[in-house]
Amino acid sequence: MNIPEKLRYSDDHEWIKVEDNSALIGITDYAQGELGDVVFVDIDPDLESITKGDSFGTIEAVKTVSDLFAPYSGKVLEINEKLADEPQLINTDPYGEGWIIKVEITDLAEIENLLDAAKYKEHIGQ
Amino acid sequence: MKKTKFYNIHEKLGAKIVDFANFKMPIQYSGIISEHKAVRNSVGVFDVSHMGEIFVRGEKALDFIQHIAVNDASKLGEGRVQYSAMCYEDGGIIDDLLIYKFSDTEYMLVINASNIKKDFKWMNENNKFDVNIVDESDEYSLLAVQGPNSQKTMLKILEEDIELEYYHFIKTKAAGIDVIISRTGYTGELGYEIYFKGDQSAAEKLWNEIFKAGEEFDIAPVGLAARDTLRLEMGFCLYGNDIDSTTNVLEAGLGWITKLKKESFIGKNALLKIKEEGITRKLVAMLSKEKSFPRKDYEISQNGKPIGKITSGTVSPILEKPIALGYVQKEHSAIGNVVNFNIRGKEIPAEIIKLPFVNK
Repeated sequence: MNIPEKLRYSDDHEWIKVEDNSALIGITDYAQGELGDVVFVDIDPDLESITKGDSFGTIEAVKTVSDLFAPYSGKVLEINEKLADEPQLINTDPYGEGWIIKVEITDLAEIENLLDAAKYKEHIGQ
Repeated sequence: MKKTKFYNIHEKLGAKIVDFANFKMPIQYSGIISEHKAVRNSVGVFDVSHMGEIFVRGEKALDFIQHIAVNDASKLGEGRVQYSAMCYEDGGIIDDLLIYKFSDTEYMLVINASNIKKDFKWMNENNKFDVNIVDESDEYSLLAVQGPNSQKTMLKILEEDIELEYYHFIKTKAAGIDVIISRTGYTGELGYEIYFKGDQSAAEKLWNEIFKAGEEFDIAPVGLAARDTLRLEMGFCLYGNDIDSTTNVLEAGLGWITKLKKESFIGKNALLKIKEEGITRKLVAMLSKEKSFPRKDYEISQNGKPIGKITSGTVSPILEKPIALGYVQKEHSAIGNVVNFNIRGKEIPAEIIKLPFVNK
């Protein structure tokens, strides 16, 4: 199970990679393993902002569908367009090319309150 | 929870295991899509030992089967297999099954794992022919070897050089183990189902020999999840999804196995009446060009009005498009009709098409 040390994590199995004033958000290796083959990532292309705890889209795997929950609140800067044609990037490279959304950070405390790698590991019972 | 004799193998292969019909079953190994494609393009192996095997023996074995099942088993020769169904008096479906004829006095009925208890009880309650009904499900293991390279694989390990025709079976040996092998399956591909008794070491020996024989074809283990997408691409019904006690064989599109001219069988009168009055809804196949796909129990609508419900839905790994089965009101069931899947508040158009989704 790959759980990179440098990332932050949400209870809902998202990872958050801080880059200056914004962060990339994706789903963890554990989450993609549980979902299985991802076939569609459904996010409103006009989505402007996300609100902590709210669903901002869905991720469809062959067997199941799962909501994407915002790990913090902020303005949406970019949605990974590559996923439209290659949703399987979430399976093959969950922490890299399979990132999902880039969101501005307004309140750093929200990020700091997220799980670190050790806590996330505990969270998934590893 | 029961384990099949291949459980240790599944664990070693790193399969994801789920509880299904009272068994610990492998749902997935490498991934649904790659497993699915292994079967369509080459050959895959499924452990389906959870399926039930009921043996019916006795002078009136045929009379009994004719009474409980809708197809005409008198047309079945020795060494042949027939797809059939059992119905309640009201025409609702108890189970769908395969009937294997060994002789005039011995048949094997292969039933769904989740229905074993119910079916066995039903058969006994309706045994007015003094036949011997034995549930041998726990003794039998079952592997399905499916895909265009399944024959080349199996011929390497079968004692006899056989060319089985579709829905025929023989008793022979595979990897030195006594087996019943039939040219049947749930994938639409050339394929075999191999029934055998034996302990874990015999089971593992057979599995390993099959994989050795199929190595040159990149043979792959396939889980229940891909079994579901494979059968859905063909439009094969799944009990508990597309058919159950609340659906009848006529609306489910199983009229072709329902021989209403047969003298008598349980459910015949109700089905005759339904046929005469006409069915009110029909199981249809729907194909969408969008990306979002429906799942069981999602609503189907047309012009803003609900017209039915999805019973099975997925994205076809071969077409890479959403495919689904569902019941819609008869007047909306014509081929070519465009309906909507209601997916989490959105209406996604889909066309009713003729099965199968994937031509073989």
